[in-house]
Amino acid sequence: MQKKNDFFRRLAAGAVNLVSVACLSMISFRVLASYDVNIPQPASPIAEQIYGLHMYILWVCATIFVVVFGFMFYSIFKFRKSNGAKPDVNFHESTLIEIIWTIIPFVILIAMAVPATKTILDMKDTSSPDMTVKVTGFQWGWRYDYSAEDFGFYSNLTTPWSQIGQPGTGPLEKQGDDYLLEVDHPLVVPVSKRIRLLVTSNDVIHGWYVPQLGINQYGIPGFIKDVWFKADRTGTYKGQCSQICGKLHGYMPITVVVKSEAEYAKWLVESKTKWSTKVSVSAAPAVSTPAEEDNKVFTMVDAREKGEKLYAANCVACHQPNGKGMPPAFPSLAGSKIVLGPSDQQINIVLNGKPGTAMQSFARLSNSEIAALITFTKNSFGNSVGKVIQPADIKAARK
Amino acid sequence: MTIATAHDHTHDHSHDHAPGGLMRYFTTTNHKDIGTMYLWFAFTMFFIGGAMALAIRAELFQPGLQYLQPEFFNSLTTVHALVMIFGAVMPAFVGFANWLIPMQIGAADMAFPRMNNWSFWILIPAAILLFATFFVPGGAAASGWTLYPPLVIQGGIGVDMSILALHLMGASSIMGSINIITTLLNLRAPGMTLMKMPLFCWTWLITAYLLIATMPVLAGAITMLLTDRHFGTSFFNAAGGGDPTMFMHIFWFFGHPEVYILILPAFGIVSSIIPAFARKPLFGYASMVYATGSIAILSFIVWGHHMFTVGMPAAGQLFFMYATMLIAVPTGVKIFNWIATMWRGSLTFETPMLFCIGFLCMFTLGGFSGLVLAIVAVDITLHNTYYVVAHFHYVLFPGAIWGLTAAVYFYLPKFTGKMYNETLGKWHFWISAIAFNVTFFPQHFLGLAGMPRRIPDYALQYAEWNAISTIGAFALGFSQLIFLYNVVTTIRSGEKAKDRQWEGADSLEWTHLPSPVPYHTFETPPLLK
Repeated sequence: MQKKNDFFRRLAAGAVNLVSVACLSMISFRVLASYDVNIPQPASPIAEQIYGLHMYILWVCATIFVVVFGFMFYSIFKFRKSNGAKPDVNFHESTLIEIIWTIIPFVILIAMAVPATKTILDMKDTSSPDMTVKVTGFQWGWRYDYSAEDFGFYSNLTTPWSQIGQPGTGPLEKQGDDYLLEVDHPLVVPVSKRIRLLVTSNDVIHGWYVPQLGINQYGIPGFIKDVWFKADRTGTYKGQCSQICGKLHGYMPITVVVKSEAEYAKWLVESKTKWSTKVSVSAAPAVSTPAEEDNKVFTMVDAREKGEKLYAANCVACHQPNGKGMPPAFPSLAGSKIVLGPSDQQINIVLNGKPGTAMQSFARLSNSEIAALITFTKNSFGNSVGKVIQPADIKAARK
Repeated sequence: MTIATAHDHTHDHSHDHAPGGLMRYFTTTNHKDIGTMYLWFAFTMFFIGGAMALAIRAELFQPGLQYLQPEFFNSLTTVHALVMIFGAVMPAFVGFANWLIPMQIGAADMAFPRMNNWSFWILIPAAILLFATFFVPGGAAASGWTLYPPLVIQGGIGVDMSILALHLMGASSIMGSINIITTLLNLRAPGMTLMKMPLFCWTWLITAYLLIATMPVLAGAITMLLTDRHFGTSFFNAAGGGDPTMFMHIFWFFGHPEVYILILPAFGIVSSIIPAFARKPLFGYASMVYATGSIAILSFIVWGHHMFTVGMPAAGQLFFMYATMLIAVPTGVKIFNWIATMWRGSLTFETPMLFCIGFLCMFTLGGFSGLVLAIVAVDITLHNTYYVVAHFHYVLFPGAIWGLTAAVYFYLPKFTGKMYNETLGKWHFWISAIAFNVTFFPQHFLGLAGMPRRIPDYALQYAEWNAISTIGAFALGFSQLIFLYNVVTTIRSGEKAKDRQWEGADSLEWTHLPSPVPYHTFETPPLLK
């Protein structure tokens, strides 16, 4: 019996040792291609340094672990009572040993701190950038402003809600390769240039996090913080919001496309005309539609068709596909007093948001889009106001 | 001989007139009753908090939304943390402090028995307030347990109720701490000098000072949130001249010492158990005391490492990085001392010892990932990812929870006079140890690969490790049911335990008192050499 127990103990202790060593080594070797176990491949000099620092510290720690716990497991096997070990009760104090094992870790820490310090100083040096982009987080997406070029645009998740699904039913559609990491308009920058980002937020704290570029920076409402990167090579780099920011925190991805200088120049010309902020007069974010859209006159059918698509892209997460919302945090639109009542009240909420709630401002949508959206809500989910809101109404309300 | 005397004492307590039944517990001023209530309260919270964690893991089993609305998911992560920290771990440690401190220093009871009763009973309304938030308009707080504004300002009345619950729990902790400090400094038996106290008393003395220093800071921070929410102040609102970053500074000035509050008493427990099963005295007792003190002092100057991504200047980042790395030195000393205690001992591996060895290995792994996170540049790529989740679960689960579990197995024979089932205890350990690593080790990989924390849904490249982690989490939850079963059957029908169940245990509760310990102990101080 005693012998059997003994065997079991040895086996189990051995297993623990094996598992920890195996797991530790898995961090550094990419044993299984589909199972990511390390920091993604760096694409900027800072990310490169981060990667190197991490590997260095990982190996130092793994070595210390093996040595220190080597002593422990040696004790476990050698000094067990069942082997007839007698306790050496006088071995319980030694100033010399205490001093030695205080100094050695201290020296190891200094060896870690020196390269770490160098990286921090490089990372914080945001001087002499080649270009600057302002990054603004909002619930729940990003806006990029190329202030020197007078244009800016929003970047939102494009994964359809049918792939994400609903609690109870789960996803209704197969998830695509870029599930939750795809956006409509990525941040575009040229390769091998020092890019300075000014990061801030419109509402709550967000985190602009792209690991391959070595950046993770909170956007703090009312404050602007700067970071920089220089992409080594062209390509697409993905990230996500890193700081919890409410309901859709998991649904505000970041995509950075790094282009060659020539392609970037081409993109710049297109974007300047598409997203110009030069004519913007109001404090509200720029409107991205040409003037003729504002003069359009919707029919009910047109407006509802367009509105339904916009509802699915912008509103459905909170107000739900059936318009019933999730009261009280996300009120129902079906039978809502505001939706059924005079349109100026609803236009005001859509344009300016409702302070103190998760209802954000949708002023970034164009006049015709907001008109279609409001028309749709007023004539769906059992609501039948019958009125068609026109882009001109929204234009008037913006002033 | 001393034990026999204590036995005789138990029979002549006619002067008690204690009410029976439930009223006994409402009105009790006995440190053992109050300790028991703390421990059962903590155990209950542990299972409720654990159920929340399993709901979180169930949602994360696969990409897409299967079971939970994102807002409710956020509430679960928030309340899971609050319940585990303020409802499970802290009250459990106070429960052990109540039971053990008077017995270990040879005192009759705690210094302030009535305040002791009060500090337990205000936990009940606090817990009710916290759980009731799930049923009020707007739901429970969903901002993460760090309660960062402006997000927390958007919450409903649930946030206000959580703030009040935290105030009550904070008041309870402060009262408990005052009681513990006063008891330790004034009620020691003659001859029990400070440097003769068991290390559990020392770590609690230091923890109590940490609590008194930091709980009012938390109270201040959440009161400012409350006035920002309702009375038009702008402490944390930039539009009114405030700064959201200031909340982070105040919160983490509390929050970092708080993590040592959650681990130092476990250090004390492990320092009692390892010598008992190595059958030789703790190695380097004095250096253990000094190391604990150094950790406590350093814990006040490292809070900034939770905020490396707010955009603090390089000087600030360097200071907080160096200070944080420095904590590795006294923590290392403690690990080395424990291993040296085992060296040249005569080891046996009963359940409490297994949990302590598990504690040593896993806590050290958590310490190493903490060192990785201390390096500012590396933290930039790991901040708010699952790497951080893995890190603090490695220090808190095998650290605080296994420390407590070891203490439960170690002291059950003393508290109840009955012996637990050793086979079940070993099953509990091995399933926990394996399941814990299956749950949390893959989260390092997820974090390194860039998966943010507190998200209900994730990109496809994270699917495999998340599925494995969820399977581990359910096994881990199951293993705690073995624990519950073992504790309950021990109390109901365990075999009789010996007065000195562990031959290597040498503090007063083992050498001077019978098992089970009588209701009143050390009414006259024990005679110490």
